[in-house]
Amino acid sequence: MTLAAVLTPLPVLIPTVGAAVTLIAGRRPRLQRVVALGALSAVVVVCAALLYLTDRDGTLALNVGGWGSTEPGMGPLGITLVVDRLSALMLVVSAIVLLAVVFYAIGQGIRDGDEQQPVSIFLPTYLALSAGVCMAFLAGDLFNLYVGFEVLLSASFVLLTIGASADRVRAGISYVMVSMVSSLIFLIGIALIYAATGTLNLAELALRLDHVGTGTRGALFAVLMVAFGIKAAVFPLSTWLPDSYPTAPAPVTAVFAGLLTKVGVYAIIRAHTLLFPDGGLDNVLLVAALLTMLVGILGAIAQTDIKRLLSFTLVSHIGFMVFGIALSNQLGMSGAIYYVAHHILVQTTLFLVVGLIERQAGASTLRRLGGLAAASPLLAFVFVVPALNLGGIPPFSGFIGKVALLEAGASDGSVLAWTLVGGGVLTSLLTLYVVARVWTKAFWRSRADAPEGELAMAAPAVLLEDPNADVPFVDRDDVGRMPFGMLAPTAALIAVGVSMTVFAGPIFSYADRAATQVLDRGLYISAVVGGPR
Amino acid sequence: MTTYLIPLVLIGGLTSCGVYLLLERNLTRMLLGLLLIGNAVNLLIITVAGEMGNPPIRGHTTAARSTTADPLAQGMILTAIVITMGIAAFILALTYRSYRITTAEDVSNDPEDARVAHLSDDEAMAADEDREPLARVRGSDEPDELDALPPDEPEERTSKPDEPDALLNEGPQQ
Repeated sequence: MTLAAVLTPLPVLIPTVGAAVTLIAGRRPRLQRVVALGALSAVVVVCAALLYLTDRDGTLALNVGGWGSTEPGMGPLGITLVVDRLSALMLVVSAIVLLAVVFYAIGQGIRDGDEQQPVSIFLPTYLALSAGVCMAFLAGDLFNLYVGFEVLLSASFVLLTIGASADRVRAGISYVMVSMVSSLIFLIGIALIYAATGTLNLAELALRLDHVGTGTRGALFAVLMVAFGIKAAVFPLSTWLPDSYPTAPAPVTAVFAGLLTKVGVYAIIRAHTLLFPDGGLDNVLLVAALLTMLVGILGAIAQTDIKRLLSFTLVSHIGFMVFGIALSNQLGMSGAIYYVAHHILVQTTLFLVVGLIERQAGASTLRRLGGLAAASPLLAFVFVVPALNLGGIPPFSGFIGKVALLEAGASDGSVLAWTLVGGGVLTSLLTLYVVARVWTKAFWRSRADAPEGELAMAAPAVLLEDPNADVPFVDRDDVGRMPFGMLAPTAALIAVGVSMTVFAGPIFSYADRAATQVLDRGLYISAVVGGPR
Repeated sequence: MTTYLIPLVLIGGLTSCGVYLLLERNLTRMLLGLLLIGNAVNLLIITVAGEMGNPPIRGHTTAARSTTADPLAQGMILTAIVITMGIAAFILALTYRSYRITTAEDVSNDPEDARVAHLSDDEAMAADEDREPLARVRGSDEPDELDALPPDEPEERTSKPDEPDALLNEGPQQ
């Protein structure tokens, strides 16, 4: 057993075991926290090691059962886990985000008391979600990818409806229904692909799909794209997202926004490059990407609730990634990979900041917020850095990713690609407008100018006398002290986001190597099936 | 591989019934629709997995056929059934909870979405410019305006001559 073979299953195994232990230790919150933090920290270390190993040795494949293959040159029997540079990068970024958000959630739980939320369920479910995310990134066969999706979806259903208040139940129902429909479409795709090829191992599928007729292949690709498109929230399959995400607690929304849609994007990359490299849907995807960008950002402009506004920008920026993927050239793919990593970090950070705003200021709607910059310069700082990053202001990583994508579009040179370049620039400017609007409304204008800001004047004087009392912002003059347990993970994620600028050279060249590896599917196939192709 | 028509027709029928039910707003029907589609997909997997044959155990030939049945398809169906069952239980719990809260079994619209969608241009702009929306002009055919005071009451009008203007001009200061 090599080191890589030991490490590869661990990102799934550690959270799964952690989920079981935390479930058993449901009555001992301190033990639960230690186990959850320990498990997710270990996952970060393991994923970082995997990143190093794949970058050094190339694609790693592990046949979990060790049953070998039926005959030489055929795909292995049983479950295959594969790590290449793309999945390793996704794993590392996800692990960092998962760890930061669990710190934040624990910080919030300790501060706000555990009576309101069933916290004994939160950590096990959260760990199950982590296991599902890692499993989807590691899956080497299509059915295992499906199982990974189901694990993370089932966990996300519980997290989204935690506490089961009226609005969460309402949002949860539509989320569950849409997710299940996408899973069933994925399952139909699996059945049809199995009918056409007789295998589900991704590497072997890549070999066998070459012998399937073009029309059939296009149809199979389309079924998979619909399923993954719903998960990744690509227009016109994106309307479920702004409906369901904003009602969940802040840490849950943050981790959903960062990771769940990106798992869908990852699946699109795999299907697009490995299974159907000439799927014939590139133009459809480009148009979908353009509409995703524009419709998403126009939706964001209309919102007054910051959480909903950010959910719409999330949809909008999925369009950038699909744009890079659909160009199917080297630069587009590296831009898309860099952009996915950037977007996971920045979107999670912004949702965490909104959680802070909501907790400290008592509202997340722009109709009530105002004067936060004066009330808390620190809060303003932690908002403005990821907000400018999302808006693509140089020198932040959003700018670097967008420049790479626009350059890729320009080098493609077709009319559609140029249209997308224009659409991308427009979306970028509108994103800046949207975050600037949040900035001027919530942070710059005085609180008296907010349409419903007068609620802030109704301060019960009794509560204001004790400076340490946890009074919502609407009832007092400043925002109070932000709990360290919530502020520190947010600041850490901002630092990681900024480090994507500071180390942009190495990270982008890594993304470039990952793109080369992804686009050369012979590497993947020979790593799994064995022997040169 | 021979394909039989009956299973395919059955799959198509189940799926279409499922889609029809899923498009309802009633939660129980949506769940039933989901289950029907789930079963249709399971049938599809077993149909595409090939003909029936001997059990996939070494040395067993109970069906007395020359081929062995595909065990992978059955493994996949088993997994899919378990997943569908778990989610169905969760949806039932959600349905019950929703019924307890709203005493209705239907999914309602997103209230914030509906609010944003029904904003008039002026209301949306007012929210952007930090001012009160302009007062509705009298004499429109809105039902509450029609039910309001009849316009031919001179005393009422002279006592408060500039009320609409005051709203128009001094709105932001209030």
